[in-house]
Order: sequence, then C-alpha cells, then structure tokens
Amino acid sequence: MSDTTAHEEPELIQLLTPEGELTGHPDYPLDISAEEVRALYRDLVLVRRVDSEAVSLQRQGELGLWASLLGQEAAQIGSGRALRDNDMAFPSYREHGVAWCRGIAPKELLGMFRGVTNGGWDPHALGFHLYTIVIGSQALHATGYAMGVQRDGAVGGENGTAVISYFGDGATSQGDTNEAFNFAAVNNAPVVFFCQNNQWAISEPLERQARVPIYRRAAGFGFPGLRVDGNDVLACLAVTRAALDNAREGNGPTLIEAFTYRMGAHTTNDDPTRYREAAELDEWKAKDPILRVRRYLEKNGLADEEFFASVDAEADKLGEQVRTECRSLPDPEPLDIFHEVYAEPNTHIDQQRAEFADYLSSFEGVGAEGGR
Amino acid sequence: MGTNLTIGKAINAGLRAAMEHDPKVLVMGEDVGKLGGVFRVTDGLYKDFGADRVIDTPLAESGIVGTAIGMALRGYRPVVEIQFDGFFFPATNQTFTQLAKMRRRSAGKLSVPVVMRIPYGGGIGAVEHHSESPEAYFLHTAGLRVVTVANPEDAYWMIQQAIRSEDPVVFLEPKRRYYEKAEVDTEAPIAEATPMGVARVARPGTDVTLLAYGPMVKTALQAAEADTDHSIEVIDLRSLSPVDYTTVFESVRKTGRLVVTHEATLTGGPGAEIAARVTEECFYHLESPVIRVAAFDTPYPQSRLEEHYLPDLDRVLDGVDRAFAY
Ligand SMILES: Cc1ncc(C[n+]2csc(CCOP(=O)(O)OP(=O)(O)O)c2C)c(N)n1
Ligand SMILES: [Mg+2]
Repeated sequence: MSDTTAHEEPELIQLLTPEGELTGHPDYPLDISAEEVRALYRDLVLVRRVDSEAVSLQRQGELGLWASLLGQEAAQIGSGRALRDNDMAFPSYREHGVAWCRGIAPKELLGMFRGVTNGGWDPHALGFHLYTIVIGSQALHATGYAMGVQRDGAVGGENGTAVISYFGDGATSQGDTNEAFNFAAVNNAPVVFFCQNNQWAISEPLERQARVPIYRRAAGFGFPGLRVDGNDVLACLAVTRAALDNAREGNGPTLIEAFTYRMGAHTTNDDPTRYREAAELDEWKAKDPILRVRRYLEKNGLADEEFFASVDAEADKLGEQVRTECRSLPDPEPLDIFHEVYAEPNTHIDQQRAEFADYLSSFEGVGAEGGR
Repeated sequence: MGTNLTIGKAINAGLRAAMEHDPKVLVMGEDVGKLGGVFRVTDGLYKDFGADRVIDTPLAESGIVGTAIGMALRGYRPVVEIQFDGFFFPATNQTFTQLAKMRRRSAGKLSVPVVMRIPYGGGIGAVEHHSESPEAYFLHTAGLRVVTVANPEDAYWMIQQAIRSEDPVVFLEPKRRYYEKAEVDTEAPIAEATPMGVARVARPGTDVTLLAYGPMVKTALQAAEADTDHSIEVIDLRSLSPVDYTTVFESVRKTGRLVVTHEATLTGGPGAEIAARVTEECFYHLESPVIRVAAFDTPYPQSRLEEHYLPDLDRVLDGVDRAFAY
C-alpha cells in the first residue's frame, strides 16, 4: 500500500502559536479584546476541570463511564463561543466544552454518564441537541435541521440561523456522515460540519480512516473545507464564526477540520498504552491549548497573577460543586422505565407498568432482594 | 486435559484455531487489530496473523458487512466483529437485503459464509446503545443462522462451527458473561463437539421446563437451584435459528409446563415464536400457558434502572410460580 497522504502537511490556520504569539491570519481577522481572551482562558480552564473531576468520579465508581475532552478544549470552546443563541448544535458524546458554552450544567452531562438519564437537558431551549453515541447519526440530523431553517426563511442576513454538527475523525468513515455532506451540498443547507480530528478513533489511527486530509473531502462534495489548528482557541473561534456567518447568509455548508489530539484515553474503559506511543503525547503536550493563551496574556501584560489565581480558585470551587452534585444525583424510580415511550397513551405499556408496580409492591415489607 | 478459559478467551482460542485450520479465515472490524477488540476477544491475533488477516476497518458497519460479503464471494471466510449490539444497526441493509438472501437469489451458486460476532445484552452498567438484545430482528430474517453461547465450552466450539458453516451466522456473545470460566478440552476433535444447531439440557428436571439462552442461562440455572418446591429442567437453546424443537418438545411433553426467558423485549421476541410453536405441537401435554419472562417493551433504560428492566432471578422465579398457578 502506498504511503499515506493523510499526513501531508496542508495549510493549518493558526492565529496563536504554541509559544503564545498572536500572528493573526489574513483571511480570518479577529477583532478581540483582552477581556474576551481572558474569558476564553477561563472557559478553557473550567471545562478542563469539569473533565478531570469527571474522570476521578468515574474512578471512584460514581460514573459508569466518561469520555474525556482533554486536549480538545480549544476546538470546543472556540467553536462553541462562535455560536449565537439561536444557532443549533448537534454534538457527539465528547462535546463537554461546547455544552458548557451552550449553558448545559455539568451535572446534566454527568447524569448521562452516571446512568440516571439518557439525556436530561432541553435541546430546543439551549440550542444543543442530546449527545449522540451512534457514530455519524447526528450529522444528518444537523443537515435536516438546517434544511428546516431554510424552509422557515431563517437564512440570510444578520439574524439568520446556522447549524453546527460535531463529530470525530473516525466518524468521517461512516455512511451517514458522507450522506450528510452530500445532502448539505445539494441543498446548500446552512450547516457547518465541525470535525475534531483528534488523530484517533479508539485504537485506530487516522490513516485507517482516511487517505487524504479530512478537510479535502469537502471539495468532492462541492463546498469549502479547511483545516484549523484545533489547539488554538482564537483560530477555532475565528474560523467557525466565519463559517457560521457564511451559512447564515445563505452561502451553504463548510467543513472545518480542527486538527487536535486526544490527550487521554478514548474513554475511562480504554487503555491507550496498548496501541500508541508515549512520545506522541509529549509532542502534543507542547501544543497545549490552555498554556498558549496563558503565555499570550502574560507576555502582553493582559492578565496578572491575581487573574490566574482567581480562575484557579473558581475552578477549585467548580470542581467541588461537580463532585457534590454528581454524588447527589438521584436514581430514577423504577417505573421511570415506562415513561415517555410514546406521546399518546399506550394501553400495552400501561399494562406492563401496572403489572410491574404490582410485582414491586409484592416485595414491600418482605425485605426480599432483587438482582441476579 | 482441559484448559481453564473464560467465555471471551474461549472465543479467542476458537478464532485462533479456525485461522490456523483455514488460511481463508479473516477477522475484521473496528479496533480488532492491535487493541484486540474492546473486549479483547481478538487479542493476539493481529500479532500472529498480521494485518492481511486481522483487519482494522474504517469506522463503518455497513462497510464492514458489505466488504465481508465481497470477501466471501471471493472465497474468504470473514469473521466480522460488531463492536456493540447497538452498532449493528448501520449494517442492517447489507445484512438483511444482501447477506441473508445471496444463496437464494443466486439459486445456490453463491455462498457467503460470513460470521457476524456481536457482543449483546445488558447488565454491564453501560451508556445507551451498549446493552441491546437485537436477536429477534435476525430470527425474523430467513437466510441467517443465529446462535449464542452460555459457557466457554460452547464458545470455543461453536465459533469454529459457525466459521465452517456455509451459511451466514450471527454469533451472539453475552457480554456480561464474558468472564465466566470453565474447563474446555481444546484438544478434542471438532467432529465430537455438539453441533451448533442442537439445544442442550443444562439441568434435568421433571416439573417445568425453563428455556433460556446466552446471558440468561446462568440466571435460569440459579433459579432451578433456588426453587426447592419444583424440579426445573433448564434448556440452553444455543441455536435461535433454527430452534431445535425436538429437544424443546420432548422436555415440555415430559414436564407439561414451559417458561421462556430472555433479555430481548417481550413483544415479538423469541419467546413469542417458541410459545406459539409449543402450543401448536404440545397442546395436550400443557398444564399451563407458556409463560414468558422478558424485558419490558420499552427502550433499554439508563443503566441505573437496568436491574429492574432485565429479567432477574426473582422475575424468573415469579414466572415459574405463574406457570404453577394453573
Ligand atoms: C455506529 C457506531 N459504531 C461504533 C461505535 C463505537 N465507538 C464509539 S467511539 C468510537 C470511535 C470514534 O472515533 P472518532 O469519530 O474519531 O471520535 P473520538 O472518539 O475520537 O472523539 C467507536 C468505534 C459507535 N459508538 N457507533
Ligand atoms: Mg477521533
């Protein structure tokens, strides 16, 4: 087999270097105040803390599973902060940073991984659909939603609505994802495809999924694709904002490949030492998404020690809140099983619920134990 | 001489034996290579058989099953791993319209000996889509054989029999039982192993037949142990399509009662078909209606509720009691 072209060095859109130097980019001018950069820094630190708390909570048996976003904070905060209130996001299962930007309380995410709920939040109210685990499915939902936006006449001009779909590098192999690209192209739908290429799909490296850089796929479908430094929050913000604006103005879809790295295990169930080298991790550590923002703020005297200390203190507080909230999430009551299966009353479900209620009450006072 | 193996390790050993026996046998799926699969069922195969025979595929189930069909048409015997039950669904088209029908469509000129391994069932505290019991969809499709295992012995032999079968086989692995251990005589000739289409009386009894398969066999045996009032005969079905009705009818004619249990939802589940057949064939021997103990007709719930959702020891015993209420 020929050498892969997926690793050819294409242009990477970057505004802020790992050393914290603001280089800017001619195609993506970003007019941003020091205060806004400090706010992004705060976001990055806080979501990293939520994430590391969740990993510990899983280790302590409080969560069944957790999919860590470690290393992908900039891609998620940058793109998430580019969204407007009336935009709609369709996440996969790792978008805790985007969820944060959309105002989803961390405990809502924890509830899903603890197994007390399969969703929790109101997707319409927050402009953030439920997490989708079956890879690729949500790319089509985002596209269809965007086609609905078109039919509502909500495209065009300043107040247009844009839709964004998140997925990983592995997901680009899935039929659904490619069908979504095509539906979006054919319909000129106002949707942005935001692929976080974190180089791995569980144990499979990128070259098992793609022989060309992911962003180049878009050309074949007939819309623009670009690669952004996924560890550069400013570049992710600028590029996503431009793509969303383009969509909302009626200029159709864009594929953004955020080039980043999954610093942790795939999930808390995974053991990456079985399939990847530690050296790779070290290489990416140098490109840390948070460190470069801190360096920029420090170098340019845009934030003092007090600011960094206050963000850290806030993170500590948030961490404690996350721990307490997680532990106190109530288990659903058994009859919850039968809720919300259908919109209309269903005699069949009602009968099973009644029988199960009787069955459960037959144990009352007996002290009998359920379970295998 | 036996080797002490878990169900997971027994399938691994069976795959290895099949690959050593026949160079046309291939393993393909997501993360089956270096990682050895998320349950490590293909552990070590990549190292020993290489990337040509142990293929880490792109993340696309329709692609996996579709290309497995193509490989089979070219004379290979692909063993496909679907990572979790809930991720079979993107492959439904290839499975139901192509894999299942190829022999009949080609008037027998084409064979597609694909084995589709699927870890299935709940009870592991997983997030959504990782605990499904999709067997009824397969049973409803002519052209597919469907088998499942409940112990390491069957795991070791049945995976090899499935690979040797000329028909496509859906091989369901009870994920919450992967770590159950037992001695397996891996040196015995395969010809001496019980054919995969045959049901097994896992525990003889006289008062009621308790029919289970896959993950529920252990629960059924526990029920038989726990119930000191009735002598329960436990049948491990092993093959869900076709069902070995000879064994089932014989048992029911002896006991006069049948309780069927599975993790799949009640309506349209395997128990429904078995109940209908037993009613037709054993009507005059039955002392009670056939009782089904299954999951409720709802989507698989969030994991904190799964102990209520899945039929457990108490629910199975309750089912047995209901059979004696007549
Ligand atoms: C249809 C489907 N097949 C398989 C899986 C199991 N699975 C979960 S995550 C994953 C890898 C996803 O990789 P990628 O798209 O790169 O996203 P990442 O996890 O790296 O964020 C796989 C195979 C799944 N969730 N859905
Ligand atoms: Mg990935």
